[in-house]
Amino acid sequence: MAVSTRITTHESRGVTLLFIGVALAYLLLFLGLPLFAVFYQALSKGWDLYWAALQEPDAWSAIKLTFIEAGIAVPCNLVFGIAAAWAIAKFEFKGKSLLITLIDLPFAVSPVVSGLVYVLLFGAQGWFGSWLQAHDIKLLFAVPGIVLATLFVTFPFIARELIPLMQAQGKEEEEAAVSLGASGWQTFWRVTLPNIKWGLLYGVILCNARAMGEFGAVSVVSGHIRGMTNTMPLHVEILYNEYNFVAAFAVASLLALLAVVTLAVKSLVEWQARGQGERL
Amino acid sequence: MSITIENINKHFGTYKALDNINLEVGSGELIALLGPSGCGKTSLLRIIGGLELADSGKLLFHGEDVEARDARERNVGFVFQHYALFRHMTVFENVAFGLRVKPRKERHHEAEIQRRVHELLSLVQLDWLHDRYPAQLSGGQRQRIALARALAVEPKILLLDEPFGALDAQVRKELRRWLRRLHDELHITSIFVTHDQEEALEVADRVVVMNKGKIEQVGTPDEVYATPATPFVYQFIGNVNLFHSRDHAPWTQQHGDAVAYVRPHDIDISTSPQDDTALPVEVKLVRAIGAIVRIEVSADDSCELIEIELSRERFDTAPLACGDKVYIRPRQFRVFETGETNELSAT
Amino acid sequence: MASFRAHSVLPGFNLALGFTLLYLSLIVLVPLSALFFKTATLGWGGFFEVLTSDRVSASLRVTFLASLAAAVINAFFGLIVAWVLVRYSFPGKRIVDALVDLPFALPTAVAGITLATLYAPHGWIGQYFAAQGIKVAYTPLGIVVALTFIGLPFVVRTVQPVLEDVEAGVEEAAASLGAGRWDVFRRVIFPAIYPALLTGFSLAFARAIGEYGSVIFIAGNMPYISEIAPLLIVSKLEQYDYAGATAIAVIMLLISFALLLSMNALQWWTCRRGAR
Repeated sequence: MAVSTRITTHESRGVTLLFIGVALAYLLLFLGLPLFAVFYQALSKGWDLYWAALQEPDAWSAIKLTFIEAGIAVPCNLVFGIAAAWAIAKFEFKGKSLLITLIDLPFAVSPVVSGLVYVLLFGAQGWFGSWLQAHDIKLLFAVPGIVLATLFVTFPFIARELIPLMQAQGKEEEEAAVSLGASGWQTFWRVTLPNIKWGLLYGVILCNARAMGEFGAVSVVSGHIRGMTNTMPLHVEILYNEYNFVAAFAVASLLALLAVVTLAVKSLVEWQARGQGERL
Repeated sequence: MSITIENINKHFGTYKALDNINLEVGSGELIALLGPSGCGKTSLLRIIGGLELADSGKLLFHGEDVEARDARERNVGFVFQHYALFRHMTVFENVAFGLRVKPRKERHHEAEIQRRVHELLSLVQLDWLHDRYPAQLSGGQRQRIALARALAVEPKILLLDEPFGALDAQVRKELRRWLRRLHDELHITSIFVTHDQEEALEVADRVVVMNKGKIEQVGTPDEVYATPATPFVYQFIGNVNLFHSRDHAPWTQQHGDAVAYVRPHDIDISTSPQDDTALPVEVKLVRAIGAIVRIEVSADDSCELIEIELSRERFDTAPLACGDKVYIRPRQFRVFETGETNELSAT
Repeated sequence: MASFRAHSVLPGFNLALGFTLLYLSLIVLVPLSALFFKTATLGWGGFFEVLTSDRVSASLRVTFLASLAAAVINAFFGLIVAWVLVRYSFPGKRIVDALVDLPFALPTAVAGITLATLYAPHGWIGQYFAAQGIKVAYTPLGIVVALTFIGLPFVVRTVQPVLEDVEAGVEEAAASLGAGRWDVFRRVIFPAIYPALLTGFSLAFARAIGEYGSVIFIAGNMPYISEIAPLLIVSKLEQYDYAGATAIAVIMLLISFALLLSMNALQWWTCRRGAR
């Protein structure tokens, strides 16, 4: 194992190896092993059973619903994230730090509570419950409720990624564009967007991973109707509770794959950012 | 295009950045806004460029009020302090930007854009870098690209914010001369901001000295150096010795609290007193720096040092050494009442 | 408007801020306010009655203690991981670095079933504990395992950048003045990173208190012993006890807010100290 040492301030070789060993063991035990176990369990009975589990109709409908859920939640939060980052990073106004705190709010809320608030709003006893019933609109225990809960939980992700990035880039380039005659849209499309594209990509990917993988909030509002209001994580739960481990881990392996892709994109984005930093 | 600035005021919160500024810039002039950091020079430049709004006052381009026109309609070229080049575009695309974002009706053909960008790149002598990215350029090259980009839209006015601030000394000197020559070629009304007196005196037709949101003096480089209007200008441009009249400056013929300002090269040294107003001093330090010799002396009853500069030729005719007792007398000086000099103590 | 915001030549402020506030209100603020209005209908008496009932207070205790234990574990090992990632180089470091974020990206349900399988008495890891007579899965210990997984990235990711910023020069100065390695760490490095360590700790703690998906599979969910507060919310909802569920939700929110507020105060304090 190659160990780089610092010239005048470094630990002895033994301590260094001990630290590396402890850190790697800890990460292996808590991260590496579980990640490996997901795929191992999914394939423990062979590829045929794995494929069969994924092609089962209920699994398919869960996959489809998950894509619909993320397909709505991610673009909405994307538009919001860009708008919020534009206002916060490029302008000075009163109450800015309060706004940033409020945007972070969903991070501090338990996923279960995020689902609960929508039950309180739209449930049978909720604020809008009787009105919705009278008009025969079903939000809760249906797709709209799932989307709303997902919107809430994934609300801060893209904004959180963009705000520091755009703040760091300042507004000189935008001012230069305006002084050269560019309109607001031209400035945004030609100058701002190309500068934030990598951070934006990671924000979208992370938001997507969280949207597809959200469990607690969606579990509260979904009603768990098989083939109707089950997303992939909920389907995993049902299969697991029925002791159908291979199928549970097969669906779980898709979500784990999504997580791995997300991490890969994150590394790529950081690598890009570092490259840019070195060139500047 | 001429610029007229009338009674412009600007606050940031309770801080007064610009205090009733009046200035007239003639067509084709090259003007330097000179002052210490925080004196309001950049704010004034940004107001002219439309990047900031003045709280009150009037701004006229060629007699026409442009207050209501926003930055993109002012036809002003702005060169930013840190260049603000678009980092994801090549040098070529940076310069072409202003041409490409024109409304469809006014936009040139691609061939015409190509021709003009290459023409501008040749003008700044960087055509060979056209496919590089800003990050691959040196500071001086970025500066020239920023200038080419600003010139692409054929501005009537060119504004430059600390154009040489981020460059090292050698490149600065070169770019200064180059900017002067470029201005002589193009004759665009230009204003640049700087905190470097040498830069302002060397490049500009006229220098506007600013301090604490106010204009201290407007004049040619020679005027602001030779006849400073205020104590601040005296101290900010060039070196100066202060003589408090009561004790050490009988030649001022002044009574009461006044201070005489004398440039180091305006002091004569002699080994014997020519008259009774000469000040007896002792030489504390002699140091030759290139073509000049710097001598520090102090009066017998004071430890305050007085700086004197002699040409090497002159020094050689009557060399001095540490500890020599000599007499000094200023050839040129200016006296300010103490009241006028109060604000100096802060700077 | 001039006093509300500084002038800027860039357009779109009103549109961007307007949309931001509208969307924030619709998706976050209005729904959250429902929580507090619902609690208000309960009154103080009802509120305390729910919270002091044996099962609720037991679940809150389990949640709080398990979260605290997990956050402490993560603070300790997270510091070592951050140290190793910043100071040493070894093959595969970039992959290890990327892997740290796995708990952010892996759906909690997937983490839950996997950890439950690994730590079950016959699981890959659980068997070794079982041989010592220790049950991990389906006990409070299992909850700690799941919460440790969930909170793992926080300490590493908050400490890492601060550790990178500690100037080598300061350490070298200390070493040249005769300080031993341990002294340098204790007196020079640790004071610089401990605000970040505390921040990471409180983030992991706050996250653990609300966690649901990864815990319920491994916890066993026995009332009074291994039932966490979020699960109790769900079961109260299933019994249509909205008021009871809301009361627990509010107390959990208050704990999270208190944690995050104290963290902000801490950051403000260290910023001020750093500025001086």
